[in-house]
Amino acid sequence: MVQLALRELCGTRSGDKGDTVDIALFAYSPEVYELIRDQVSAERVAAHFGGIALGEVRRYEVPNVLALNFVLTRALGGGGPRSLRSDNLGKSLGGALLRLSVEVPHLEGPFAPRPRPDVSWAGTISPPFGAAKAGSGG
Amino acid sequence: MALRVAGGQGFYGDDVSATRPLLESGIDYLCLEGLAELTLAILQKDRQRDETLGFNRDLPRYLRVALPFVGTGRTKVITNAGGINPIAASRVAIETARALGLSGLKIATVVGDDLTARLGELREAGMTLDNAETGEPWSAFIAAGGGDDPPPVLSASAYLGVAPIVEALRAGADVVITGRVADSALFLAPLVHEFGWALDDWDRLAAGTVVGHLAECSGQSTGGNLSGEWWTVPEPWSFGFPIAECEADGSSVLTKAPGTGGRVDFDTVRHQLLYEVHDPSRYLAPDVVADFTSLEVADLGGDRVRLSGCRGLPATPTYKALIAHESGWSGETRVAFAWPDAYAKAVATAAIFRRRVALAGYQVDEWHEEYWGINALGGPTVPLDAADEAPEVSLRVAWRCAGPDLASAIAREMVPLGLSAPPWGLTASGRTVIGKPSQLLGLWPVLVDKSFVDSAVHVAIEEI
Repeated sequence: MVQLALRELCGTRSGDKGDTVDIALFAYSPEVYELIRDQVSAERVAAHFGGIALGEVRRYEVPNVLALNFVLTRALGGGGPRSLRSDNLGKSLGGALLRLSVEVPHLEGPFAPRPRPDVSWAGTISPPFGAAKAGSGG
Repeated sequence: MALRVAGGQGFYGDDVSATRPLLESGIDYLCLEGLAELTLAILQKDRQRDETLGFNRDLPRYLRVALPFVGTGRTKVITNAGGINPIAASRVAIETARALGLSGLKIATVVGDDLTARLGELREAGMTLDNAETGEPWSAFIAAGGGDDPPPVLSASAYLGVAPIVEALRAGADVVITGRVADSALFLAPLVHEFGWALDDWDRLAAGTVVGHLAECSGQSTGGNLSGEWWTVPEPWSFGFPIAECEADGSSVLTKAPGTGGRVDFDTVRHQLLYEVHDPSRYLAPDVVADFTSLEVADLGGDRVRLSGCRGLPATPTYKALIAHESGWSGETRVAFAWPDAYAKAVATAAIFRRRVALAGYQVDEWHEEYWGINALGGPTVPLDAADEAPEVSLRVAWRCAGPDLASAIAREMVPLGLSAPPWGLTASGRTVIGKPSQLLGLWPVLVDKSFVDSAVHVAIEEI
């Protein structure tokens, strides 16, 4: 068995409703869905976010899209327009969940780590610095 | 022929330029969603300054693009841009249409969602107004005012369903402007109207709610804010917004405007499906309780995802309403620290600053500290093993207090620390930033009887 951060296996999206944050956790295969269903409990998530999420944590299974949905109450410092946090809408908390580790049988097939970003295109899509100024002068 | 319904806006401030490719591809309805939870409170402040405001001020920009397509009879527009002043928004819509030389258009205005002046009535009618999220009693809301009176309420609005929008469409409206309605209702309403769905046909209402939920956040279903392989999404500088091709049986295909960037596939669609839904098997909308776990999501390739099989349960007897109330003021300050020992310097400086504020006798009701570069966003989920060697750390301290002047006075206690505190390494980005104070707003969600709200809802239609 190997310990692997959820970052290597799953996707996520999070957002707010009042002082509650929803975090969806997406598997990319039925095997990983079963694994997170068995290992990522509401209790583990509540412990992971202890100090941020002050209320209860509920978990919902969504097998048709290979996902779990976590609902964390009293989790946004009073809710979007009341919170003192920079991330007052909890949009980054999905990413924070991906730090949690699970146990996988091996690192092959469905358990192989997901690819890391390739942003080599970023250097090719913007005009070089100074180009706009030169263009507007012509 | 499938009915083509497009999501042209996902929030107040979205990309207006994404609207034209939708319209040029031929759509029956352009739905514009511009009211996030806190938007109504922002609009309330607008209206306090100017009685003719209180609606989304980007509405004319959308209408200047869309109304020529409305004028030909190809497309109708449905939007909640009316905010807390839909009547003023409709007036602006009419002016915009006239300026474009259009005539013969029917503009509908939906009012009645605004409960700001009716909270007392609601209580007298026997509604508890307990917090629908936390279960806290109304007395806790009163206590939040700090005395016997509740905190000043800035806005209170119910999330209406499809009924008034359908009424407007039946009366021949080309543009429908509402205040607060459920986001998904903007999209469900044209399906109910065009297909003649009954308001107790729960499975079809659920299917239409899925369409609305997927399309109402614009780029969030077409590859935006994607945690999957986001770096492979084509041309993300010109995102295509969603189009649902809907059938009378409730099935649909989600796609996007042709010739645009973005992506529609299984992963982009499921990311939006579970966005802010709480229990996916009981997604509460005003007109139906939708079971998203029953939905079949089939990736057809070519930016097309088929949605079918969604089951619905009977709607509840209540609307959700949201009360926004004043909740003190916040101030903040930011200071950056360079290696070595940047984190230790930041921790010490935060403590020294708070001690100085206490010595100055300022009353702070809540403190919040963030260490950017360490764990500002992840908080306790982030291990601190590497904090000692952080190349730089930016400290942000925020506080809640009674008023804007106090919030500013507290921030000034940071300034002298530039010469009399741990070394700051100011050459990096080490400027003390004193943030502008801002008013904090509390949100108090409640459930209100539909019949009580509906009695005040009405639709006015003006033809130009």
